[in-house]
Order: sequence, then structure tokens, then C-alpha cells
Amino acid sequence: MPKRTDIHKILIIGSGPIVIGQACEFDYSGTQACKALRQEGYEVVLVNSNPATIMTDPEMADRTYIEPLTVESVSAIIRRERPDALLPTVGGQTALNLAIDLADSGILEECGVEMIGAKREAIKIAEDRLLFKKAMDEVGLPMPRGGFAKSWADAEVIVEETGYPAIIRPSFTLGGTGAGTAFNPEEFEEIVRNGLAASPIHEVLIEESILGWKEFELEVMRDLADNVVIICSIENFDPMGVHTGDSITVAPAQTLTDREYQQMRDMAITIIRKVGVETGGSNIQFAVNPDDGEIRIIEMNPRVSRSSALASKATGFPIAKIAAKLAVGYTLDEIPNDITKKTPASFEPTIDYVVTKIPKWNFEKFRDAEDVLGTQMKSVGEVMAIGRTFKESLFKGLRSLEAVKPLRLEDVSDDELQRKLARPNSQRFSYITYALEHGWSIDEIYRLSRIDRWFLDQLKQVMEIQEQIEGKSLEEIPLDLLRAFKEAALSDRRLAYLTNRTEDEVRAHRKTLGLIPVYKRVDTCGAEFESYTPYLYSTYEEEDEAQPTDRQKIMILGSGPNRIGQGIEFDYCCCHASFALHEAGWETIMVNCNPETVSTDYDTSDRLYFEPLTFEDVMNIVDVEKPTGVIVQFGGQTPLNLAMRLHEAGVPIIGTSPDSIDLAEDRRRFGSLLSELGIPQPENGTAISIEEAREIAVRIGYPVLVRPSYVLGGRAMAIVYDEETLDDYMRAAVDFSHDRPVLIDKFLEQAAEFDVDALADGTACVIAGIQEHIEEAGIHSGDSSCVLPPVRIAAEHLDTMRHYTRRLATALTVNGLMNIQFAIKDDRVYVLEVNPRASRTVPFVSKATGVPIARIAALVMAGRKLKEFGLPDELTVDRFYIKSPVFPFRKFPGVDPVLSPEMHSTGEVMGIGETFGEAYAKAMTGAGINLPGSGTAFISVNEADKGQAALIARRLKRLGFDLMATIGTAARLREVGLDVATVFKVNEGRPNVADHIKQGEVALVINTPLGRASHYDEQAIRRAALQYNVPCVTTMTGAQALVEALSSRTTQKEFAVYALQDLHNKAAIGA
Amino acid sequence: MESKSAILALEDGRVWRGRSWGAAGESTGEMVFNTSMTGYQEVLTDPSYAGQIVCMTYPLIGNYGVNSEDPESARPWVEGFVVREFSRIASSWRSEETLDDYLKRWNIPGVDHIDTRALVRHIRDKGAMRACLSTIDTDADSVIEKARNSPPMENRELASVVTTKRAYQFAAAGAERFHVVCYDFGVKTNSLRELSQAGCRITVVPASTPASEVFAMKPDGVFLSNGPGDPASMTKEVEEVKQVAQSGVPTFGICFGHQLLGRAFGGQTFKLVFGHRGGNQPVKDLRDGRVEITAHNHGFAVQADSLPPEVEVTHVNLNDQCVEGMRHTTLPIISVQYHPEAAPGPHDAEHHFQRFIELMEKRVAS
Repeated sequence: MPKRTDIHKILIIGSGPIVIGQACEFDYSGTQACKALRQEGYEVVLVNSNPATIMTDPEMADRTYIEPLTVESVSAIIRRERPDALLPTVGGQTALNLAIDLADSGILEECGVEMIGAKREAIKIAEDRLLFKKAMDEVGLPMPRGGFAKSWADAEVIVEETGYPAIIRPSFTLGGTGAGTAFNPEEFEEIVRNGLAASPIHEVLIEESILGWKEFELEVMRDLADNVVIICSIENFDPMGVHTGDSITVAPAQTLTDREYQQMRDMAITIIRKVGVETGGSNIQFAVNPDDGEIRIIEMNPRVSRSSALASKATGFPIAKIAAKLAVGYTLDEIPNDITKKTPASFEPTIDYVVTKIPKWNFEKFRDAEDVLGTQMKSVGEVMAIGRTFKESLFKGLRSLEAVKPLRLEDVSDDELQRKLARPNSQRFSYITYALEHGWSIDEIYRLSRIDRWFLDQLKQVMEIQEQIEGKSLEEIPLDLLRAFKEAALSDRRLAYLTNRTEDEVRAHRKTLGLIPVYKRVDTCGAEFESYTPYLYSTYEEEDEAQPTDRQKIMILGSGPNRIGQGIEFDYCCCHASFALHEAGWETIMVNCNPETVSTDYDTSDRLYFEPLTFEDVMNIVDVEKPTGVIVQFGGQTPLNLAMRLHEAGVPIIGTSPDSIDLAEDRRRFGSLLSELGIPQPENGTAISIEEAREIAVRIGYPVLVRPSYVLGGRAMAIVYDEETLDDYMRAAVDFSHDRPVLIDKFLEQAAEFDVDALADGTACVIAGIQEHIEEAGIHSGDSSCVLPPVRIAAEHLDTMRHYTRRLATALTVNGLMNIQFAIKDDRVYVLEVNPRASRTVPFVSKATGVPIARIAALVMAGRKLKEFGLPDELTVDRFYIKSPVFPFRKFPGVDPVLSPEMHSTGEVMGIGETFGEAYAKAMTGAGINLPGSGTAFISVNEADKGQAALIARRLKRLGFDLMATIGTAARLREVGLDVATVFKVNEGRPNVADHIKQGEVALVINTPLGRASHYDEQAIRRAALQYNVPCVTTMTGAQALVEALSSRTTQKEFAVYALQDLHNKAAIGA
Repeated sequence: MESKSAILALEDGRVWRGRSWGAAGESTGEMVFNTSMTGYQEVLTDPSYAGQIVCMTYPLIGNYGVNSEDPESARPWVEGFVVREFSRIASSWRSEETLDDYLKRWNIPGVDHIDTRALVRHIRDKGAMRACLSTIDTDADSVIEKARNSPPMENRELASVVTTKRAYQFAAAGAERFHVVCYDFGVKTNSLRELSQAGCRITVVPASTPASEVFAMKPDGVFLSNGPGDPASMTKEVEEVKQVAQSGVPTFGICFGHQLLGRAFGGQTFKLVFGHRGGNQPVKDLRDGRVEITAHNHGFAVQADSLPPEVEVTHVNLNDQCVEGMRHTTLPIISVQYHPEAAPGPHDAEHHFQRFIELMEKRVAS
């Protein structure tokens, strides 16, 4: 069937901020959908609250709205744009839920908007477990025993049927929020009650345990002619019980016979037809009993998912792109396969390699969280690796993770080892290896871990190779053995460690022996047809298919797995560099290992190497491609850490020189540069002993900001007020050495903080954006909301920051992007940090100013001059743009959700408004915070904040809020004549403030830290607020901003929405 | 790393050195590749692979071992087996033996640890050709020579090698509705199972059975099975098939059977460059536009423009437009070039057995 001509304008809903369970895979799918639909001539309207996405670039859609993903906001967009259709299946669970809410609200009917891809009924069947179970019963497909509970009483009845362990999953939550496994009645009650609270419809599913069964997934596609194809099968390395987002997963399935696989395939086809997903992709999960092959259907996602992004990257079949085309009426046989060109998309990809996805966790950032994996997803990112064997793909994947310090286990007791093997955790891999090394049998490890013996044997094979090497000198290792070592993707670095040599020596030796990798293509068809797409991976085999060109080319090093502190913002920059350089006539080569991203779409760059970002892997590609230039500035810390070594190895790094990067990163060099330039920075020092640390702290005065060298996202960064805490910190919190001293800075209390992004080319410098943090200094810049333009700063300080920025750009000969963090205290401007690279705020600044600064920077790095772009000295904005973070605290029970110098946010949203208040209200709403219109405001602040608290309380009262406070704060409020109720602190008796929050009597919380004594109290308040989704601010500047937001909501009559194309319809910048 | 080495040489002089697995020894055959990611046991035991050395494009083979439920015939037929890496252990609740032991037991030599993708690309570009796999001869030139001296697939007759020596019965599952005679050119068990499940009692007869003997059995329908070799080598059998077809008895041919029907109608068959072998081939039904994902194993095909007007092409392969199904416009004869019985492969094409049943139903009714 040809495409539909009765629809012209299609609304696509994105997935909002990056959160655990919903990451940049939906930027990838949404971007593909936008591109595909526009190619077909449709007008695309896009809404997403996340400014760090490629999909929200104004050239990706015809109309782009960076607005909250709420019924109110999207309804306003629908009324304004009048789209004919809504595609709800490419924006994750968020888009699907919102689409259902929109349908239920009547707006779609009112405005004549048709849902394409999946209809409301199909979504409901797939999403509502009761309906889904009924549907499965009707076609005779087995699901786990169990049922739905709307109350604790229901739950008690259901558990009779399921027995223990029982699995509990709240309905309609993301990434399995609130889910868990109960082994006894006590745990059962706790999880059920929490789950009922977490579910927006107060419902949990309770099921028999199929813990330890094998888990499989199929990616299915269907078209309007009812053709159904399976794109990819995936087998989980981890058994049932571990969320698939937290499992190592392998494509294709490794341990299914054809008979079993085809049975699963038949079931998948039956399911997609029964549920009624008309077109597009779905993901179906199965559990298989390893003892007798019994199958259970676990669930179906009627949309593109994390797994479909993985399946697309794993097979070269672009699921989201094809899904978009199917949604407008094409059938699979009408769409050509991009890679082979000659064959159609109506086939099932076959692959001749193995793909492994490995999750990346950030448990170290949530110190009070238990490192246990279960049905609630906790990983923040993932890597994918391709190899010709499972061993190669697994170990390549492990290398891609950039584990700072691999866990080297010593003397683990049998008891502990048993426990660690039996209870899944983020380090289980190390424990399995340890067990194998210590002679534990595969059967024993299998019995405990339920990880398939085939996988365990593969690990054992790699252990055996390493054992044969141990004790040999590098030159003694026979070529065959060395080849086996490299075929298992073990690193040169590992070999250097085993043979007590340097990595460079190993590399040189290997090259002398001619032991170098070749590159194979991902071609969807197992080499049956010729591939026209250079989508490559390395392997140690015979024939090379890289076929490098002799064009002028630039290689861009990506940012690897997402993690807190290094997320989608850097992928955004890498993609922009690639787009800009490609348009300017360069051949672009992308290197990255993150399957979620737009950068690893084979469509993004001219050539794609899906490889780890280590020195060894990058050098191997450089040897083959011989690039004209390599960009390390856009992928965050990952490529930046390689800069110096690559430079020393003769790799042509373009942009700011590795020496300048080092100058900015090296504390001592940077300190002397600043004093030379006469730019103040907080007093500081570096320490490699407790004594030294104490001396420095005394010299510069408490409080001090302490942190280890070379870390990301403020890892282990802390504010220390006294010597005792400093000692604790030095003793327990961090490792330090001569190379990596602890950095100690004077902490500027209650200073205002600023982020400045700038472009420079060695002579000129354009200030792209001066962003004011809403929270004061001491909160990690990634965790602070920030506003463009600044709102509370004297003009002279702005000038000082501009002046310093330009001087630093010149002094560091910045060529490309730079980011500077400033603090202002007592009318003095300090430089906190300079990063001569793309920063986290680049996409935000680009969206706010309408100037694609990453693109311009890439062209500058490739030799163009800033003046060619016709930019002013400083970019300006004509409204208020606010970036706000979102946090994953809900996923980590027991963790205190307080803001600190260590970054915890996973993503961000942007709010746009005519006033500060409007913009902030939108940012808050976008970040999932319900702004109350009325109710009771609870206030409890420290002595220093009480004056300001009184002002804020008065405004709240005027907005119609009742006041509630703890004794001290209440007294102060009464002094100024405010009517306020007094409540108990948590340790003062019941009912206390936490009880009031839990009973839904509190609409918002303002609570600034009072110091150590009340730490427990505050934590209880914050956790209660988090659990019951009550807005909670912990800084006075945050409270002020919140009040602005609240008052804007009450004064504004209509929800205003702005399309980027209207905001920035100035003459196009010559990028 | 202790294992022995093996050589795989092609007639055009390209050579791969890898590790020996399965049986030690030497064999020659036509070098072909299969792109199915599962189902190696079904591939090994498919008689259509007689005379061929098979390379699996999926690199890891043997993971789930071998069981006694999945074979497609009484024994493996491939001449040699080429994989990237075989699994030393078997992990499946149904496994009874490792694949390595199985190949040793059946005396089939294997080679692994070679760049199978390079091999596949070579065959794809240069075409299927003769090869020799040896674990005993270490001289590449000599192994190449052996490949060159082996019989070519063109005009090779192999049905007589794989066919049953005498006729046998395969009972209907449940009530018997029809009696079908199956010409065994190398039939796969699952075809018989499918027919049986549809209520057919099957008399499986040797490939050389004259049509007159078949008529004597008074069948409700005749099934022409898959099988190895060049259909052009089967002049005598084609004559018998022609008699069967013209008799008006409902006839269903698959794969080799389909090719013989093509020739019986007066059409030509030709050798494809490297054939279709795998489980992901898109076939379009030209009558309703539906696309089915199908299992293929054929190195020859029917030439579309050589067919007489009374024969309608019903199915084509979307990858290369090759004829995948035919129907006689006046006689109750249908055929498909691919494998509705799958095993290994998707079940999308299973309904063709039903089409055959319907032809028999009509015939009985009239």
C-alpha cells in the first residue's frame, strides 16, 4: 500500500528528560521517526521537554516545542498546530502514557487527531496487565500465575495462589519503579504498600516467581497488510529476576534450538496480532524454564523500546525509522533495506557476529543504596559490543565500560562468594571470575547464579587463555596463544599487566607480529548481499572490509556509556560535529560504543566504528583510517582522557591542543596561569596525606571543598566544615597518590554560581551564554537549575566574567568550545573551573539562543574562523530559558535525596517563558514536579535563612497557602505577624511532619539544612516528600524561584507554548 | 589450543587453514553457506545437502548440542561442516550429545576457527564451487587439486544416493483422510509429519518408482519432495513426474520436486550463483500481495520465461525476483521452491500443505 495522503501533519511526542529506564534511545528513535516522516513529505510537529536531544533541533521537525509533557501543555500545542495524526510509539513509556491521557481527556477527538502506529485500545491491552492477561488466555498463551491488587486486602488473597517468592510490580511505572521480590510475608507487605503508592493508578501485579528461568526477548514488526517479521532475538545472560535493563543481554539468542525459537516466534506473531498493534515495532519478553523448556509470556511493549534501539544497532535494521513509515501506510516490502539497497525491508535480519549489551551502574554515587539487582532498573547507561564470538563481544563490552578501577577481589570467603553469586549485584561478573579462578565448577556456579552453563563455559575459556599466559614473558608467548588472547578481546593493557610490560611495548610487539584487527561490516544479512554502509566492528580475523577512502576525513570520538555526569549532552555535541563537518564536505567517522545514541546510528556519520573508546581501540582505527583530524573535545571526559596519549602517538588532534587541555586540568599549572592573568580563584591546595590536607584547610580556612583528581560529575566531592570530617574523608572516602592528589578549595558559602559557554578560534571569542545557577554554590552545577539570561547579577560582574572569559580563551588558545564556572561572593568574581571542551550546557544554550554552537565549534576546529559566521560578540536571548535537572532518588531506597557537590541528576528539561516565573514553572512541571495551586506549605529553615523565609512565607500566604513550620521557624514567622501551625520534628513525637506529608496534608516543603544534629530529621522529611511527590526545596534561592513559579501559574490564564522556529526565526547563521 | 589443524580449499585456489573438529578425514563437495542462526541439526540431516560442504554464517554452532527429536532424516548428509567456532559444551534440557561427538560418530569432518565471513563473501561473489576439506593432508596445493578433481554439481544426480531403498508407510496422525504417495528425492521428516497431521497416510516411494506403480497405489495426491542434485540430471524421473502430473491427480512439489515439475511442464532450470540457503527469505504471493518469511535451500531454480502459458508463477523471491511458486491453471498442481515444512525456519509457509489438502478435497468431492 502506498503512503497515506489523507494526513499531512503529524505530532510526535518525545520521552522527556533522561531518567533511569528511559534514556537517549528515545532520542535515537524519535530523531529517526522525524527524519523518516519528513522525507515522506509530512509536516512534523515535535514536543519534548528535553533540550539535550537531537530531535529537538529546530531542523529536525517543522515545528519544535520544548515544553512539558503534560496534557495541559500538549493540548495547547494540539490546539495551535492542529495535527492530523499523533505518533505515540517512539517516545517511550512517557509518550505512550501521555497519548492515552490525551485520548482520555477528549482533546484528540475534539481536534480530530488520529493515533497512528498503535491505537488507544491496543496500547491499553498491552499496558494494562489484566487486559493483557485476558488477551493471552484467549489465544492460549501462558503467563505467570497471579493477579492484580488494588489494596492490601486484595494482595493477601493473591499471594495465597502465588506463594513465595512473589514478584510485585506496580502498574504504569517507569523502569520498574517500586517493583520487588518478596521472600516472606514481611517483605511482601512492605513492597506491596510501596508499590500501591508508586503506581499512578494504585495497583500492583503480584505473580508467581519464575526467578532463575532463562529470559528472552523478540523484537517484532508488523505492517498494515499484516506482514509480521522478527528483527532480532535477545537472550539475557542474567536469569529472570534481574530487570532486563540491568541484565547483560546477548543477540541473537544463543541456547535455543530452532524448534524452540520458532515456537517463540509463532507466539510473538500471535501476540502482536491479538493485541492489535497495527504497525511498527513491539518488544515481547519470554521466560523459559531451563529444566523442561516451559514458556511464560512476561510482557509486551507496544512501541519502540530500549531493546529495539539495541536490536536496531545490533542488526543494522532501523526499527524506529521503518516503524514511522509503516505508521503512514507503507508495507514492509515497499521499503528498501538501506544497507543492501537491493533487497526490501520485509525480511528477517540474520547476523554473523555476536552482540553483547552491558549495563553501567553508578552505585558509588548512592552510598546508602544496597548494590543488589532486582526487578527495578538501576543502571544509568549501557554499552554494546560486537564480536565474531561471544567471548570477543563480551570482553570488548567490558572494556567499553571504562570501569575506573576493576574490582580485584581478594580472599573472598566461600560463604560470601555463595551469597554474591546467588544474589545478583553489579559486581557479579567479578565474583563469577573469582569463583572460576578458584576452581569452582560450572555446575556449582550455575546452581547459585542460574546463569546458563554455556555462558559460564565461555568465561572459563577466557580464564584458561589468561592462565596459559601468566608467568610467560611477552616474547615467550606463542603466536597462536597471543592470537587467542586478542580474539577474546582482552586488551593490550591486560597483557601488559600480565607480562609486566608497558602497553606501548605490547602494542609494538603485537604489530611486529602482524597481529592487528580487521574490520567487518554490520550488514543485516550475514554477508549474503553486498553492504553499502560502512558500519564496522573490529575482530581478529583475516579479511578486512573497512575499505577506507582517501578523502579528507575527521574522526569524532564519542562519549561512551551514559553515566551521571556524562550523558546525552555530549552525544548531542558529537552528532552536531558530524553533521556540520559532513555538510562542509569532510568525510566524518564516528567512534562510539553506546547503543542508545543518535551518534551510533549508521545514518549519522559517513562511517561508524562501533568500538570501545580506549587508547588501543582508537589507535587501531587511526591506523586503518589515517584521519586528517581527530576531535576529542565533544565526547566529555572519555575522549579527553585519551587526548594526551593520542597526541604523543602522533594522532592529529584538532581544536584546542592537548597541552592546553592539560594546562586547564592540571591544578598547579592552572593556578599559576590564573595568578599570571590576575584572575582570582578560591584559595586551594593539593594534598597527598591527611597532615597535608589539614594544613591546607587551616591555611585557607573551613569550610573547604574536597575532591579527588580527575573525576566526573563531582564524584566523591564534599564540603567539609571541620577537621574531624576532613580526616574521615581522607581516610575513607577516596584514594589518593602523588599522581592523583586530593584537591582542596576554599568553599565560598552562599556564593552565586555561573556557567559560561564560549566559542573561540585563537583570535576571536564569542560568549554563547552566561547562565546563572538558581541554587547557590555548593550544589553541583549539573544538579542546579540555571537560567538564561542571568536575573540577579550586577552589570559590572557580568562584564568581569566576559573579560575573564576572553582572557582565558586567549591564554589557553582555545580553538572550539570552552566552559567556565564562576562564583561571585562579596562582590568578587572567582573562577572555579575552566573546561576547554564542550560542556553539559551546550545543547541548552544552543536551544535558547537558536545558534548551533557545537556545529560552529566543529567547523572552527576544522580550520574556519569565527568571523565567517557573522556572530555578535555575545549571543542574546529574548525570553527566559531555564534548565532544570531530574533525579533518580526514587530508584534508590534509603538514599538521602539532598543536593550536594556530587552530581546525582540523570537528565534535564527546559522551560521557556516570558517571565522568570513562567519559565521556572514550566521547568518544574517538565521535571515531573506538580506545582500546587493551594494547600499547606511546610517551612523549616536554619537560623541564617529565617529572615528570607519570612518574606517567602508572606508571599505564599498571599498566594493562598496555609503555613506550617517547626517550632523555631514558626516562632520567627509569628514574629512578623504570620498565621502558622506548629508541627513536631521527626524526633519530637507523633504525628510529626513526615506523617503529615504522608497523609497528603502538605503541598510543598521548604527545608534548608540545619546541620548535623537534625540530619536524620531532614532526611526523613525529604524522603517522605520524594515518596509522595511533594515539591521539596533545600535552598533559599530555590525557594524563591519556586514562589516565582507558583505566582506565575496563578496570574497566567492560559498555558503559553512556543515553537523554536518562531523564537529563532532570525536570519540563519552561516553554519 | 592443542587441536589439530584442517584445510579448506576451493577449486579456484583460495585456501583457509583452521582447526579440525568432528571427525578426522577428508571430503569434497560443493561449498555452500546457510544463513540460519538456529537449526544446525536440521541442516546437517537435510538430505538436500548431500554432496555439499556447508558453512554456517552464524559463527557459534553447537551451543545447544544434538538431540534425537530434531533430525530431518535418519542421518546427517553434509560432506563437511564449516563454522567459525564450535561449542565444546552443549547447554539445553533436550541435548543428548555434543555436536562434536555427533559429527565424529557419523564420520563427518569439520573445520572451525576460520574467517567464515570471508568464505561466505567469496562464495557470494564468485559463486558456489567445489571444495575439499581435509584434516589429514597439510599441503594446500594438493587439497586444491582434490577439490578440482571432485564432481561438479551441474548435472550431478544425487537422489539415488539419498532416496529410500524400498517403499514404506508413514501413518496419518488421527483419522486418515487421504492417501498420499511421496516421491522421496531426499524427503525431510517434517514434510511427512505435516502431511500426517493433516490426516494423510503417506506411502514413501523410491525416486525411481515408475508412474504406473504410483497409479496402482490409487493415491488421492502425490507429493514430490525436496532433494539434492541438479534437476537437469533427472531425465527419466521428469518423464514419470510428467505422467503423474498429466493424470489429473492432485500434485504438490516442493524444492527439488518443484524444479522437476517445472521441467515436466517443459520449462528450464538453471543454477543460481550461490543459491538461497537460510530462514529469512521474503517470498511474495503475487495473488494477494502477502509476504511470508520462509526457509530456503536451493541452488537451482526454474526459469520463469521458459514456462508454458498454462503454468502461472504464484510466488517470487523479493530479494532476486526468482520463481518461488507455480500453479497449473487447469490441472490440480501446485509447487513451491522453498520449504513449507521449515525445520529449520519460520512457519509462515505451513499453509501450503493446506492448499494441497484442499486440492485433494476438491478431487474427492468431484
